[in-house]
Amino acid sequence: MRSANLFRIAYQSIIKHKMRTLLTMLGIIIGVGAVIVMVAIGQGAQASIQGQINSLGTNLVLVFPGVFRQAGVSMGGGSFTRLSFDDVEKLKRESTKLTGISPVVRTGAQVIGGISNWSTSVYGVSTDYLSIREWPLSSGEFFTEGDVRSQTKVCILGQTLVKNLFPDNDPVGQQVRIRNVPFKVIGVLSEKGQNSMGMDQDDIVLAPSSTVFYRLSGSRFISQILTSAASTAEIPAAQEEIRTILRESHKINEGEDDDFTVRNQTELASTAEETTRVMTILLASIASISLLVGGIGIMNIMLVSVTERTREIGVRMALGARSRDILVQFLVEAVVISIVGGLIGIVLGVGATLVVGAVTSWTTVIVPSTLFVSVGFSAMVGIFFGLYPAKKASDLNPIEALRYE
Amino acid sequence: MTTPAVISLTDITKVYDTGEIQVHALRGVNLEILSGEFVAIMGASGTGKSTLLNILGCLDHPTEGSFLLDGVPVHTLNRDQMADIRNSKIGFVFQSFNLLQRTTAQENVLVPLLYNRREKIDDMKERATTALTRVGLGERIFSHPNQLSGGQQQRVAIARAMVNKPSLILADEPTGNLDSRTSLEILALFQDLNRQGVTVIMVTHEPDVAQYTKRIIEMKDGRILRESRLSVPRDADEELRKLPAEEE
Ligand SMILES: Nc1ncnc2c1ncn2[C@@H]1O[C@H](COP(=O)(O)OP(=O)(O)OP(=O)(O)O)[C@@H](O)[C@H]1O
Ligand SMILES: [Mg+2]
Repeated sequence: MRSANLFRIAYQSIIKHKMRTLLTMLGIIIGVGAVIVMVAIGQGAQASIQGQINSLGTNLVLVFPGVFRQAGVSMGGGSFTRLSFDDVEKLKRESTKLTGISPVVRTGAQVIGGISNWSTSVYGVSTDYLSIREWPLSSGEFFTEGDVRSQTKVCILGQTLVKNLFPDNDPVGQQVRIRNVPFKVIGVLSEKGQNSMGMDQDDIVLAPSSTVFYRLSGSRFISQILTSAASTAEIPAAQEEIRTILRESHKINEGEDDDFTVRNQTELASTAEETTRVMTILLASIASISLLVGGIGIMNIMLVSVTERTREIGVRMALGARSRDILVQFLVEAVVISIVGGLIGIVLGVGATLVVGAVTSWTTVIVPSTLFVSVGFSAMVGIFFGLYPAKKASDLNPIEALRYE
Repeated sequence: MTTPAVISLTDITKVYDTGEIQVHALRGVNLEILSGEFVAIMGASGTGKSTLLNILGCLDHPTEGSFLLDGVPVHTLNRDQMADIRNSKIGFVFQSFNLLQRTTAQENVLVPLLYNRREKIDDMKERATTALTRVGLGERIFSHPNQLSGGQQQRVAIARAMVNKPSLILADEPTGNLDSRTSLEILALFQDLNRQGVTVIMVTHEPDVAQYTKRIIEMKDGRILRESRLSVPRDADEELRKLPAEEE
């Protein structure tokens, strides 16, 4: 039979039962829509975490106290060894492969100055910090080695503090009080924007590590050491060097485990990627279940419809339809319903994704291949779940079908 | 020139095996029907008339016996071949019309054309409309079955039966659900088709209706009891003219 005829038959039957068709489609629409939203959220998380890690600095190597296990931080068996300024100094003295080294001493503090006050994070860092993070200043200047040595009370403000404390005038040269200690603002960071979690990266104050460590109480440890290798190719060698130096510094015997963790950006990225991939798969599987339920819905309605239309099938057979014509008619109906449902699901899914993105400020990424895969998948759902009812219809005996009341 | 036999049945039996009992619906039917005949099959309920018609219509295989349709041994054909024969050579008319609901008259008449594998038809709609015009429904091509009277529905069914230009029309009690005037209109259509050379076989309970055919076959207990030929069948058109005029 000509395929044009075939589509005509299926089209007629779909048009004749608008409500039923719509309800059948609804399952597929919701299923495909859910898959698209979920995958977009998962992919978005992946992309933004990736972007965030990239924005840390290209050749970054991080040192954390303790040992990272897959699930997170855990202490390496014995007591918890903190990173110390001695470690930083030793690295500075002995390393040959690192182009920048900066401890990070972090504390939360209230900053009073300009027209208002603002709670933020204060980062005590070294002069290398900006080059490691590839983060330029927008005005003023950074502190010097001398400032670090003499614990000078100078600071650099992130854009968020500038906006809130000094909306109208240049903060450079002004005084602010950080936890009631007066600091002189000598520079302003350029804008970095929000990260994927909606965290404002510009909500930050930088100051010499020694100043934060000794002059601001409640921040008496180094939470991490940031370093950078000369090039991407040098990262593994740099990591090895850091390990050797720190093991010596921490007096770890041969055979004992490290009590610190050295991670490069790629490793951070792949860990994050792994986590978000698992999340994406999980989200997609949950959404797929609704697609499956939609498919079962198709089968259910098709079965009812085959029974309902037994007589019609008998009449068609009497008029010359072969079994295959009937089979194909019902299959085409199922596939058309699921493909059209899939397309509507895509439109709604993309729409919902945009709404989710706008409302929650989550990053969402719609990968075009997801759309093709969803349509293909819904067509398969249609074929798979339409096949049994269609087979049932085509196997009917014409006489019995005609006698059916 | 001898008229060829359209249908030739030899020792046809049909047994329905319902599991508990075997129903012998046909117990050896021998019958020959020539091209251009108009045959009525009569008999009491349950004597196997519909069973016989289903076999003639290639809807069912006989249990035993041979059935030649235009010389083709139908009893040896498979499902698809039977479907193709139904599509090309046979038109069905049922007592209960069996139109597709929620579907226009035109689309109903179109159905056999959709399953036509012999030719590529580009003017399906025109053909359907022509067939509907021939049965007097040229104005109602977009009406749905539930908007038509019983007689009109049966006329749509006749248009559908003849749209593929079959050589044989099979009708199982086509006037069973209709009043006498409407029955006459349907019979007039059959007589008209028959005059154009179409062989018509019609099952009926009503002796009156049988008077419009050329040959009456009476069945009893799955066999042909007797048959008779009418030298001068009644003319449905003439009878219609005699009836008092009536608004339709
Ligand atoms: N599918 C079937 N299964 C079992 N028995 C059947 C089947 N179809 C018909 N029969 C039986 O075969 C016999 C003949 O039935 P058939 O329908 O041919 O009679 P009929 O002459 O058309 O009767 P009616 O005038 O009432 O329509 C009946 O006894 C009937 O019960
Ligand atoms: Mg019957």
